[in-house]
Amino acid sequence: MNINNLFKIALRALVNNKLRAFLTMLGIIIGVASVITMLAIGQGSKLSIQAQISEMGSNMIMIHPGGDKQGGVRRDPSEMQTLKLENYETLRDECSFVSAISPEVSSSGQLVRGANNYPSSVSGVSPDYLEIRQLKVDRGEMFTEADVQSAAKVCVIGQTIVDNLFSDGDDPIGQVIRINQIPLRVIGVLKAKGYNSMGMDQDDVVLSPYSTVMKRLLAVTYLQGIFASALTEDMTDYAIDEISTILRREHKLQADEEDDFTIRSQQELSSMLSSTTGLMTTLLACIAGISLVVGGIGIMNIMYVSVTERTREIGLRMSVGARGIDILSQFLIEAVLISITGGLIGVLLGCGACWVVKTVVHWPVYIQLWSILLSFAVCTLTGIFFGWYPAKKAASLDPIEAIRYE
Amino acid sequence: MGKTVIELQNIKRNFIVGEETVHALRGVSFKVEEGEFVTIMGTSGSGKSTLLNTLGCLDTPTEGEYLLDGIAVRSMSKAQRAVLRNRKIGFVFQNYNLLAKTTAVENVELPLMYNSAVSAAERRVRAIEALKAVGLGERLEHKSNQMSGGQMQRVAIARALVNNPAVILADEATGNLDTRTSFEILVLFQKLHQEGRTIIFVTHNPDIARYSSRNIRLSDGQVVEDSRNDNILSAADALAQLPRNEDD
Repeated sequence: MNINNLFKIALRALVNNKLRAFLTMLGIIIGVASVITMLAIGQGSKLSIQAQISEMGSNMIMIHPGGDKQGGVRRDPSEMQTLKLENYETLRDECSFVSAISPEVSSSGQLVRGANNYPSSVSGVSPDYLEIRQLKVDRGEMFTEADVQSAAKVCVIGQTIVDNLFSDGDDPIGQVIRINQIPLRVIGVLKAKGYNSMGMDQDDVVLSPYSTVMKRLLAVTYLQGIFASALTEDMTDYAIDEISTILRREHKLQADEEDDFTIRSQQELSSMLSSTTGLMTTLLACIAGISLVVGGIGIMNIMYVSVTERTREIGLRMSVGARGIDILSQFLIEAVLISITGGLIGVLLGCGACWVVKTVVHWPVYIQLWSILLSFAVCTLTGIFFGWYPAKKAASLDPIEAIRYE
Repeated sequence: MGKTVIELQNIKRNFIVGEETVHALRGVSFKVEEGEFVTIMGTSGSGKSTLLNTLGCLDTPTEGEYLLDGIAVRSMSKAQRAVLRNRKIGFVFQNYNLLAKTTAVENVELPLMYNSAVSAAERRVRAIEALKAVGLGERLEHKSNQMSGGQMQRVAIARALVNNPAVILADEATGNLDTRTSFEILVLFQKLHQEGRTIIFVTHNPDIARYSSRNIRLSDGQVVEDSRNDNILSAADALAQLPRNEDD
């Protein structure tokens, strides 16, 4: 008996019972479709959260002066003067895992332009800051290294500042705004970013060269923080180690002394969120997997009924020369054909459902190839597993009794 | 006569039912030569079904040896017997046992499906030949539920012929048919007999014995009569003398 003939026999048996075969498939179809849809929704939300995080700058590393504990009392990092401009310059020159680095000093105050005013703060940064914070200049341009060298009185402002100071609709480019009596010429407007997931207005910013803020506004020599960007998200840990080593050396800390600075990254947030979404995906997949098992039980059920109903047919096949293994194979192939066909339809239906979710509900979905392959493999295994017992039962029938079965 | 197709050597078959042992066959011995048309008769409980199962390699005797076409069957495994049935035996059943919703050709092809030596093309050719031999050359693609009882039994006979078996085993093959159709089927069996086929026809109907070449009577698990029929009646003549059905 060759496998080709067995396939023909099994296929013919299914075609002869189209409706029943389809109803049996239904369990598998729904199971596979839900596995694929659930995994796609889970993966979609994971990706969208990751995208949001990376919009905030997922590679971002923040360095602030002051350790976690200092004599039992924590101090406001901005008051501490341990982070110097030279530290920034050393890091800029020596770090190899960092693609961009910028000092940060900020001075808060009332921004004034003509009759309009708005309370905000000016951040003194380097041109790298745009890359670190994933900011883009919408109109005009960013200040340059030359502006930093000359402590130029220029600034780049966010959309919120534009809305408040230039409510008359004037083009802000080239205009002068004042903060604490210091005039700054607006040379660029940042592209609006809206609120971040913490509810902070990301457009409420005024960026100036750090030298300008340090010398002209604050008259200080220390930094309130340093922002850096790791080469890639994965290299964040290396970058943190590197920065820490350099800063400890620069600050001449002994091995037993604690850091007098704090380094934070977005990774903690990112890993927390992705573990949450990972858990959610697993839960969804479990629920969907259960429906696949239920579908498999449906197959087993129908195959059992089918074996009983076709007892005479089995008896006849045996009497004309089918061996037990032939009957076993026939029923197994039937079960697997049902589950694979159901799986195929389920994949199509799942993709369709994903499309509906995407276009109608606007949820982010992302179908992964492995989820399709996985549910397909599970399907086939389901067919074999749940088809085995009925097939075994069919194969072990006594042809004498089977042929006379009423 | 030619070679011996079937040889039973003191066949015994016991069944254990609960505490008791039922002796279905109590030592049956006979030989069937190639080209014989044997009827095996007996009342119900005489052991003829058990004998048929034994002859058909569906069952193995408790004692005694059975040689089918020179092959000893008793020590064979289930799978080996299945292959033997596939090559050496053609079954015709009382209730036809055709596959539902399946065409005549596909039904006849069935035994060859389990013989990997036969290609799909050859299978079809042989099935069509067998159907032509039973007079159904015009109904190759008719499905089993579109045929009359007589036609279905013809398909079943074609299915029994298609593997060119050493022996055709018919189990009450006319039992479900009306008189006229029964004779039509008998005509067909006599035609096959004349072509040299070996036929064993199990029945409880004594009339059929008159159309076969040899008659074995079974009672209580033993052969009580084994007689040659020298005056074989023609089923075709009997059919001609039957009153015609009004719808024919």
